[in-house]
Amino acid sequence: MGDLSEFSLRWRVFLKTYRWRRIDPLPWTPLRKPLAQCRVALVTSAAFSLPGQPRFDETMKGGDSSFREIPADVDVSTLVENHPSELFDHEAMHQDPNLVFPVDRLRELVEQGRIGSVAPRHLSFMGSITAPGRLVQEHAPRAARLLAQDGVDVALLVPV
Amino acid sequence: MSLVGAELERQGISTVSIQLLRVAAERVRPPRTLLVPFRHGYPLGVPNDAAGQRAVIEAALKLLEDPALTPPVLVEYGPRVAG
Repeated sequence: MGDLSEFSLRWRVFLKTYRWRRIDPLPWTPLRKPLAQCRVALVTSAAFSLPGQPRFDETMKGGDSSFREIPADVDVSTLVENHPSELFDHEAMHQDPNLVFPVDRLRELVEQGRIGSVAPRHLSFMGSITAPGRLVQEHAPRAARLLAQDGVDVALLVPV
Repeated sequence: MSLVGAELERQGISTVSIQLLRVAAERVRPPRTLLVPFRHGYPLGVPNDAAGQRAVIEAALKLLEDPALTPPVLVEYGPRVAG
């Protein structure tokens, strides 16, 4: 995998001709201390939310680029998913939310001393944003400020 | 989501992205990308396979630790060696 072969012809054409927004200039923050001292946050695009949080708007043109804050002590079995994409099998992440939001794996890494700590909150976006203007101007900067306020050193980005 | 990662880097947070689609990684160019050989919906491999998921995460974390790497970093995740 890694190529487009898993998709139908229609989606292969779309993904090949889609105008991906290149990150330019490319920001680069080197690790400043050993991972064993770093605070790590997750950012997923699985459109997870907590019961009681607003669901992502599946009808929004260009995609709902807002995000939900997921606390570090979440029980992943309680997460609700409403990613609208028909491009992938949703069943796997229902079976095991860690597949796309590996907070239990992070907790294990803390126990092993591989990373310093799990951030107090993680972020969940809805992927498949085709009109990223509001994401770039509003939601991504706000998300970054939140994680910076939390003293996060490292973010692991997991798509779906 | 790479665009979120870019903003995090601008705010001084080191990021590493798991990526399922080579064309996206090559065109968007996130700072550090681990390209995994899995289908969409399975970014860390197999459901309920904690060891396998940890192995993917470990490979991603290693990209943060290698001082020789320069952006944009695009590394393919290799098959796990049994045992």
